[in-house]
Amino acid sequence: MSAASIRPASPPTRLEPCWACIALTAALIAAVVASFAYLAVDWRQLFSDESMRLMAKFVREFFPPDLTPAFVAKAAWGALQTFAVAAIGTLLAVVGGGVLALPAAGRFGLAPRLAARFVLNLLRSVPELVWAALMVIAAGLGPFAGTLALALHTTGVLGRLYAESLENVPPLPERALRDAGAGRLAAFAYATLPLVTAQGVAYALYRLEMNIRMAAVLGFVGAGGLGQLLYFHLSIFQQAQAATLLIAMFLLVFAVDSLSAWARGTLASAHG
Amino acid sequence: MPVSSLAAPALAPPLRDPAARSRLTALVLVVAVLWPLLALADFRPWLLFEPGNLQVMANFLAGFLPPSTAPDFLALLAKATLETLAIATAGIALAIVIAVPLAIVATRALAVSRIGPGPGRGLGVVVRTAARGLLTVLRAIPEVVWALVFVRALGLGPGAGVLALAVTYGGMLGKVYTEILESGDTRAARALLEAGSPRLGALFYALVPGAAQELASYTVYRWECAVRASVVMGFVGAGGLGQLMDQSMKMLNGGEASTILVTFLLLVLVADALSVVIRKVLA
Amino acid sequence: MPGDVRLDGVGFVHANGHRALKGVSLELAHGERVAVIGPSGAGKTTLVRVLGTSLRPTEGRIEIDGVDPWQLGAGGLRRLRARIGVVHQSAPIPPRLRVVTAVLAGRLGAWPTWKGLVSLLVPSDAEGAREALARLDLGDRVFDRCDRLSGGQLQRVGIARVLYQRPDYLLADEPVSALDPTLADQSVGALVEASASGGATLVASLHAVDLALKWFPRTIGMKAGAIVFDRPTVAVSRAMLHELYATEGRVLPEQGVEPIADLRSDNVVALARPGCQ
Repeated sequence: MSAASIRPASPPTRLEPCWACIALTAALIAAVVASFAYLAVDWRQLFSDESMRLMAKFVREFFPPDLTPAFVAKAAWGALQTFAVAAIGTLLAVVGGGVLALPAAGRFGLAPRLAARFVLNLLRSVPELVWAALMVIAAGLGPFAGTLALALHTTGVLGRLYAESLENVPPLPERALRDAGAGRLAAFAYATLPLVTAQGVAYALYRLEMNIRMAAVLGFVGAGGLGQLLYFHLSIFQQAQAATLLIAMFLLVFAVDSLSAWARGTLASAHG
Repeated sequence: MPVSSLAAPALAPPLRDPAARSRLTALVLVVAVLWPLLALADFRPWLLFEPGNLQVMANFLAGFLPPSTAPDFLALLAKATLETLAIATAGIALAIVIAVPLAIVATRALAVSRIGPGPGRGLGVVVRTAARGLLTVLRAIPEVVWALVFVRALGLGPGAGVLALAVTYGGMLGKVYTEILESGDTRAARALLEAGSPRLGALFYALVPGAAQELASYTVYRWECAVRASVVMGFVGAGGLGQLMDQSMKMLNGGEASTILVTFLLLVLVADALSVVIRKVLA
Repeated sequence: MPGDVRLDGVGFVHANGHRALKGVSLELAHGERVAVIGPSGAGKTTLVRVLGTSLRPTEGRIEIDGVDPWQLGAGGLRRLRARIGVVHQSAPIPPRLRVVTAVLAGRLGAWPTWKGLVSLLVPSDAEGAREALARLDLGDRVFDRCDRLSGGQLQRVGIARVLYQRPDYLLADEPVSALDPTLADQSVGALVEASASGGATLVASLHAVDLALKWFPRTIGMKAGAIVFDRPTVAVSRAMLHELYATEGRVLPEQGVEPIADLRSDNVVALARPGCQ
């Protein structure tokens, strides 16, 4: 049996180096080396004896963390405020994102779709911290600015995710209700909304986990909560207090992550 | 024909929705929790529309236009943009250096002691849990916080940003690498381990061929996030576009701020496009 | 004596409570060739995995070379495993690998780590791989990619990898079920030849009775996790086979090119030519 006649293309007989792979790897390595070179960070000076001694002193002052009841209470209050900022911000974003997702999914025509998508992209491209800096100017220092910043940015993120969900949902149930005479809103609520709710809540919970971390950070530009406290105490080199605040941040993140995972678990099992 | 079969049914008690009670309770709980949260977050949307505030906002927004195009500012802008890219790339490179060894230790796909189970399984569990714990701890604190700490410790500049990225993104990459290695077909790795292959051998001969594309794809996605994060870290003094924007905004120079913002949006767009291209090539 | 394998009352119960092996005792001498046959669910795969130190028996004792492998340290167990080669029912080879690399992976246990890693980029022994593949009629596909092979070809690459490993213990778990009769016969022949020339102990679980009877001087029959018979192949009778496969109907599973002899005889009959070429 002649083997060559039945195979469409003869298999390689020698080692063929993958030129594209080699070129790509070389380019990536070059990019990394160039980056380090451009930054021209004086690593030697950074890790010199003097520098390491100062850093060691700096790190040492984090321990032990300030655990006096008064400060722990302050940290707890900050944590609650951070949680509130993240929760309200995410909630607003669910509403905002939901509303914008409808035109973005093309339900009102092409022009609204493009406009909505542009707005959503704009909202999510600007980082939360930049929004917070802007909101501080608009609404003054404090947690309100942080809430607004998170709401704006997360509306962009959730809006896009919701729009994709809406586009992927089967149109038949809603069309069936419309054909039976139901109004547009009612048909949407009864037919399409139940299909996307589970996924929508899961996305929102996932964003809540992200926003908890962001809410802590927004305090750096004056948006209240743990972040503002941390920035303040680090600025005056009070590492012990900063340590307590970092621990509080870690505990808060861990708690919200666990809560969110549990909530997503129950939702998943409830919907089968 | 008697019609007694159509006798009127006895009055049944009104139907009660079994879900009504729990839904009502949930609603009450949500409102009960929402109120204090709104208070904590100092939620006063009417503030936005107070006349004084509106004026301040209008002035600030007006200051955004026209965007500044002074040549020496543009030169500064170009330098800052390159610096941001460099911080992101160097940070991700260091993050990979941290993530890869931790992932190899933590992944169950390369756990020899689990075969059987064989000798060293107790130690194996401890080591794997410790590695996963370390990855979680690295991830828990946002990179901006690390950046703040490093700026205080090492002074202003990009070094703080690179280290902050290395730590946080090392944790993120490590966790996802671990999961990617475990999610594929682990039979091939197990077969090699059962034939006495060292762990690195099983990794490269059995796990990486199938997982390479997903590993690379996620890494490139993280690089894109690192570009954004680098800008944000600049606000606390870690160099790049962020530091420039922070300075401009502190001087209430709206024109410069808007130029920087536009540059940032373009940069993110370019990074996104580059990421898509690279991921397509890797497929 | 090196090359000895002993199982003493070995049992295995899965985590979900299902019992796969029950009171299995057997002894294998150095260089012996044994076929394990039986209906589906008989425990053949579990037996091969226990012999290959992939599963730890929940009861009883296993000894390889006079030593209980589960009492060895991690290093000792690894060195022992490098001397055991297992052919799986479906080749555990990632599709994107090249055939040459897949075959060379067989010696990763014997090579130093750096050699294995370098071999990924530049195969250190392409000739050796080709020779192993040639024994399975795949010598011309050395540099091809595994995802361009058919299922049967991939299975033979898996066998080639074990041949390249040159183990002291060759274990095969239904190695040829996915191959057509000619290739199945040829592949079992290659395994037997490797055992004969290298002095390796060979244990192959087979679903096809005729292959077992043709190539192996000793046959073990298993059913419901226990050994039903353990005899020289010449002493295996028609009746024993039928009783073994009673649950699978009246036709004995075959795969070879030569049909099993006349079914009507009930005597103790020599059914196959013992030994191979």
